[in-house]
Amino acid sequence: MKSSVITFPGSNCDRDMDVALNKFGFKNKMVWHNDNELPKSDLVVLPGGFSYGDYLRCGSMASKSKIMHSVINFAKSGGLVMGICNGFQILVETGLLPGVLLRNKYLEFICKNIYVKIDNKQNPYFKNLDKDIFEFHIAHNEGNYFCTKDQLNEIKDNNQIAIYYCDKNGQTDEQYNPNGSTKNIAGIFNKEKNVLGMMPHPERMIDQSLSGEDGSLFFKNLINNLK
Amino acid sequence: MIISAIITLKKDVLDPQGKVIHQTLDGMGFKDVNEIRQGKYFEIDVNENDPTKAKGIVEDMCKKLLANLVIENYKIIETQ
Repeated sequence: MKSSVITFPGSNCDRDMDVALNKFGFKNKMVWHNDNELPKSDLVVLPGGFSYGDYLRCGSMASKSKIMHSVINFAKSGGLVMGICNGFQILVETGLLPGVLLRNKYLEFICKNIYVKIDNKQNPYFKNLDKDIFEFHIAHNEGNYFCTKDQLNEIKDNNQIAIYYCDKNGQTDEQYNPNGSTKNIAGIFNKEKNVLGMMPHPERMIDQSLSGEDGSLFFKNLINNLK
Repeated sequence: MIISAIITLKKDVLDPQGKVIHQTLDGMGFKDVNEIRQGKYFEIDVNENDPTKAKGIVEDMCKKLLANLVIENYKIIETQ
């Protein structure tokens, strides 16, 4: 399976993602934002970081960069595109995913482990996972998911909510919402479920001695789903 | 000519920065404030002398990049 990780000026989780993808069997290529064409890929990842210094709005500049034409075409033709953290912010700015990520409700940069709950496994990212609650890491200043009422109804109707913030038992109460996100939303899909954006970093959970193994479960399952 | 664009958050979007600024001003003794909403201001020197055309160009910029219409509104002003 071939993957591509896009590096924008200011990306800083691109190499972590490269390590994670290679560790679980992807043949990964790093792609520079100013390139015109994506290499042949089964998965494209927009990594975390602070692309273009978060100028104007997080992800807004990166969403207009050269490689994104190719990424958008790839997504529209059904290719798998996953955006983590800043990558999620870039995906909403392209319009591939609905809504927007606002500044965290309490104006603080949040860096900690959290739990997320997967509700819907009818998609290439989560199908065949044998558990629903995962411990991942978040590190962001703008992760407060917001969308209009109409958009919220639409994403609910189409089962586009990918993951919710929760406690370790899967309770999705407001008290487990770290950043003020609408309905505890931590990640969403596009209608077709080939584009996924989420704030948590599974690539930071791939080694028991460093953090945890829930990211390993996610990546192992993902590559098996794509085979 | 110079065209200005003001980007403001829509009414039902939470503006925590505006709230904190409000609270700070309140603490400083500015008690007559009902609400503060923080926005962005751009001055754009457009290579176009026709005001309608120049505003049209800036409006296009607002729609495509300067504002995110999910959460923000824009207002265009001819300044020079």
